[in-house]
Amino acid sequence: MKKKKDHIIRNKTKLLFLLFGVNTESSPTPTMADKEPQQPEELPIVLVHRLPSFKIPSGPSFRDQLRSQFHMLDPHESPEPYGSFLARHAPFIRVLMTIGPSPISAEFLERLPVLELIVATSAGLDHIDLPACWSRGIVVTNASLAFAEDVADCAVGLLIDVLRRISAADRFVRGRMWPVKENYPLGFKLGGKRVGIVGLGTIGSEVAKRLSAFGCTIAYTSRNKKQSVPFPFYASVRDLAANSDVLVLCCALTKETYHLVNKDVMVALGKEGVIINVGRGSLVNENELVQCLVGGEIGGAGLDVYENEPNVPKELFGLDNVVLSPHSAPGTPESFKAVLQLTVGNLKAFFSNKPLVSVVSNE
Amino acid sequence: MESIGVLMACPMNSYLEQQLENRFKLFRFWTVPDKSSFLASHKDSIQAVVGNAFAGADAKLIEALPKLEIVASFSVGLDKIDLAKCKEKGIRVTNTPDVLTEDVADLAIGLMLAVLRKLCESDRFVRSGKWKSGQYVLTTKFTGKRVGIIGLGRIGMAIAKRAEAFSCPISYYSRSEKPEIKYKYYPSVVELAANCDILVVACALTTETHHIINREVIDALGPKGVLINIGRGPHVDEPELVSALVEHRLGGAGLDVFEHEPEVPEELFALDNVVLLPHVGSGTVETRQAMADLVIGNLEAHFLEKPLLTPVV
Repeated sequence: MKKKKDHIIRNKTKLLFLLFGVNTESSPTPTMADKEPQQPEELPIVLVHRLPSFKIPSGPSFRDQLRSQFHMLDPHESPEPYGSFLARHAPFIRVLMTIGPSPISAEFLERLPVLELIVATSAGLDHIDLPACWSRGIVVTNASLAFAEDVADCAVGLLIDVLRRISAADRFVRGRMWPVKENYPLGFKLGGKRVGIVGLGTIGSEVAKRLSAFGCTIAYTSRNKKQSVPFPFYASVRDLAANSDVLVLCCALTKETYHLVNKDVMVALGKEGVIINVGRGSLVNENELVQCLVGGEIGGAGLDVYENEPNVPKELFGLDNVVLSPHSAPGTPESFKAVLQLTVGNLKAFFSNKPLVSVVSNE
Repeated sequence: MESIGVLMACPMNSYLEQQLENRFKLFRFWTVPDKSSFLASHKDSIQAVVGNAFAGADAKLIEALPKLEIVASFSVGLDKIDLAKCKEKGIRVTNTPDVLTEDVADLAIGLMLAVLRKLCESDRFVRSGKWKSGQYVLTTKFTGKRVGIIGLGRIGMAIAKRAEAFSCPISYYSRSEKPEIKYKYYPSVVELAANCDILVVACALTTETHHIINREVIDALGPKGVLINIGRGPHVDEPELVSALVEHRLGGAGLDVFEHEPEVPEELFALDNVVLLPHVGSGTVETRQAMADLVIGNLEAHFLEKPLLTPVV
């Protein structure tokens, strides 16, 4: 278990390195840019919440922009023990910024009595105990806005790939099979497909906008029917599946949505149905998904997320009707630049009493 | 119509073959070992040829079939049919326009996403188990990229409509500016290439558009540019494309068509920034059936002396 976590952390650290050009695994060489502002105590305080192996990426973009405007309090940069550092500063900490999937539990929140805002740098917030935040009146912002376009693009790309067999056909050509077999098996048309979107939030709406242009019809399920949306609403994911050719999963992972898509839903989707998951692995019962794919109960799947990342069920590796990507839907430099802007935007708005940019609704 | 000889140039679709067999006297040309003696003995019965993007009716075949009345192509492109010869001899020609427009446009967008977001590469990455050793695949955003389209016909317009949903600014090149179109027009392919991130070939293959993608165009597109070809292989000077990709003078390519299909340049197999497809632009169950129905419909209309459904000549 520990080993797996280490892998994930190493992956993320590497990603930050790629994005910001700084190797966060070793101590950065001090430079002019790393110097604290002259009187940081006059700047608004922001607690940095991260696992010890995660650091705020330095370099001209991320670190400097934050440090020039905020007093970034980072317990892991202090020689003082974590507990006493936190206890000493807690009376002044109104804002917390999370980097990566650092867990925030109800017990942790107890230690921050005046906390008002959590600024998260991810789209999904399954690492944060949201009900605990809301019961304490703490507002949470996320980064869906920054990632929405890239994640929606990836969802559409995975769907076209599955239906038109792009990755499998690329394998066929590279495997030098074309001159041997001549006719490659036919794929399926995207136009006219009934697409059911599970979770019509920021990302789901971007998916709907894109797929409408391909002549797909859109329907959705979510916690509540949205008055401003023209698409048909289904109260249950099973009913949505029964009336769809494709399910696109882009809702948040919560207690209620854990294993939302199970065998029953997949059978309702049908033998030619396709599942696209760009949300979280645990939205789907992965064992049942594998069974349904291997047994032909559903037609195909495009998966960016898995229950036990970076472990992917081996049974999927031999299938031509699935496309697999390594949780890379939000992984573009453009997305991460947007996350920085959004983070700074939320922090500035909070300290100047302006409306926050990306508040997570507790409805 | 059972007595009418129909020559099918190559295998293309089992549903079409079956439908032809039910209605006509079907000859499968690819199964014939000695083509010239076959043509000599059946020249009086073959009145129709069914071709496609790979095999059609060249001057030699047309000359060998004196009773030929119609060439019905199971494709949009007619570059395997000698149209001038058909016109001269009064032979009718039909194709299958429109029905495959959406599929080809979908595939063009699919290729753009696959190249920019490295979908095939990341699929290989996961399947090979490399994810566990902790490497990430960093990719390029698609939304908002400038898309340049060569040939703003039905397929080009369908690509534009889809790319607009990704907030991509659209520009185009065609023989003449289309005043009713809001997209930006460039009077040369080089100018278009210099002003877009993704260049897609969606025009017909003619003598004018042969090698329309040459060294100069590739250089204008540049090391971050991506070329998408869902037209025909000979639109692109393939050796120039291959060397540009190998030397990183071009950012990437998504190719459904090649100059010498089914041969694909060996150098491409080693590249991660290309996506290679076996000419499947219209390769969906739904569309192939619609195309087959159109071929049958054209042949029936012709032999019943009714107006052709989709005549070209």
